[in-house]
Amino acid sequence: MGAALVAPAGAALALVALGPLLATAWLSLRHRVPVLGEDHFVGLSNYRALAHDARFLGALANTAYFTAVAVGLELLLALPLALALHHAGRGRGALRAAVLVPWILPTVVAAKLWALLLQPDLGLLARLWPDGAGAVLTRPRLALHAAIFVDVWKTTPFVALLLLAGLQAIPEDLARAARVDGASALRVFRSITLPLLRPALLLALLFRSLDAFRVFDVVFVLTEGGPGHTTEPLSLYAYRTLLRAGSFGLGAAISLVTFLGVVAIGLAWLSALGERSPGEAPP
Amino acid sequence: MSPRSAWTIALPYLAFFLLPLGWLALTSFWPDAELARPLPSHLTLENHAAALSGGGLARAVLNSLLVSGATAALALALAAPAAFAVARLGVRGGRALLGGALAISMFPPIATAAPLYTALRAARLLDTLPGLVAPYTSFSVPLALWLLTGTFRALPVELYRAARVDGCTPLGAFRRVLLPLAAPGLATAGLLVFVFAWNELLYAVTFLTSPSRRTVPVALALFGGEFRDPFVVLAAASTLATAPVVAIAVLFQRRVVAGLTAGAVKG
Repeated sequence: MGAALVAPAGAALALVALGPLLATAWLSLRHRVPVLGEDHFVGLSNYRALAHDARFLGALANTAYFTAVAVGLELLLALPLALALHHAGRGRGALRAAVLVPWILPTVVAAKLWALLLQPDLGLLARLWPDGAGAVLTRPRLALHAAIFVDVWKTTPFVALLLLAGLQAIPEDLARAARVDGASALRVFRSITLPLLRPALLLALLFRSLDAFRVFDVVFVLTEGGPGHTTEPLSLYAYRTLLRAGSFGLGAAISLVTFLGVVAIGLAWLSALGERSPGEAPP
Repeated sequence: MSPRSAWTIALPYLAFFLLPLGWLALTSFWPDAELARPLPSHLTLENHAAALSGGGLARAVLNSLLVSGATAALALALAAPAAFAVARLGVRGGRALLGGALAISMFPPIATAAPLYTALRAARLLDTLPGLVAPYTSFSVPLALWLLTGTFRALPVELYRAARVDGCTPLGAFRRVLLPLAAPGLATAGLLVFVFAWNELLYAVTFLTSPSRRTVPVALALFGGEFRDPFVVLAAASTLATAPVVAIAVLFQRRVVAGLTAGAVKG
């Protein structure tokens, strides 16, 4: 009875996610270029090719850097915002709705918006600061940081809402008792709020770093991976190898490395979360 | 922290989040001929008309409504019975299903794109809207499953027992008693799935090749070039394409926030 209710969802996930993932792993061991009719087993040679591929190593470095800096900044910026949301009192609903807007926009729109703002002739930045703003997106280091900036703009609200949920779960009596005992506001934050917020912080870190490591949309729209390939992340390189170059075996290998990166990050954070496992029941 | 200092902290954030959007909206009303001026002398709807005139954007909005609506409906249809079974019937492997679904929701979409592309082409679903709804199951079902399992767990177990005592089959209790009571949870899950589907780019740009089948993110990402002055028109297109989800954020913020953060507290 119960099994029959669970089966359709399980089957759908197996069909659209698990099966294709295994197929990608198998495909990454083949040389397959459909347009040329080429398709044969090559073992690990796609991976060996990647180990010497400067573009791949660059994409790996871009992805890791993007993930580390974006998630770090988001967490730093989200904590004060979460505290503000928690204590806002009247008008808190309006504040939450306003903060929700950047998160709910399509990432494509967020990236287009900032591409327009950074546009060298007519963009807002060029209007306000005519000498300095030009051509941010044509300079490699700046362009990658611009992509990080857009991600931070769009996703800080999500992190803040996750932390807000964590704050709301902390019993208020604890802080009140500490204040009665003479603890300063800063002391209450350091000794009570922050330790009790740890699970929410780690969870936000987990969600965000897994999500940031598969970055695609922001870069696709903002810089198209350019100038050159200097801002190209793994997902975009894999996408181009698969669909533009039509090289399915090599593209699958890049995709699988992206997947393994996500797995590695997930395992690292899960061990930090302690015994909490992804199989744990939801509330 | 007093409400006053909370708002003092919040105000710079509000400016940071909303001023760029305000500028985008203003630019979308900016007469094309006056772009070089610091501020426009009057506002116009011409840019919105131009963005819609090719028919591409209007078509994309329709496509996105269809895909996102179907994705939400399919996700609820698949996830609601499964969530009920996991929450109330103690079905074997329920925890494994939840854990697996969570892991799957973390897959990078590119990791499954190549085989899905081949499979969709074989099924003649490549470059069709239903062919996009199928892969969207990989993020919509996990999301709906987690939210709805929480919803069904939160309904008092006595309701289910009472329905069974009164002669309902387990399925009848689900359909007649629990499902109507779970309506708020279903709405939250449906809204969030809709938003995620509305915003998805990678699968859409991979599996849809005809311009007439593009969804909103694809149409916007590939916008420009076809238009004489993409700057103001692009601003108008972005504004128009964003309106539906911004409306969801404003109208249903409590529901969306509750859904987003469900599981973050205890889970």
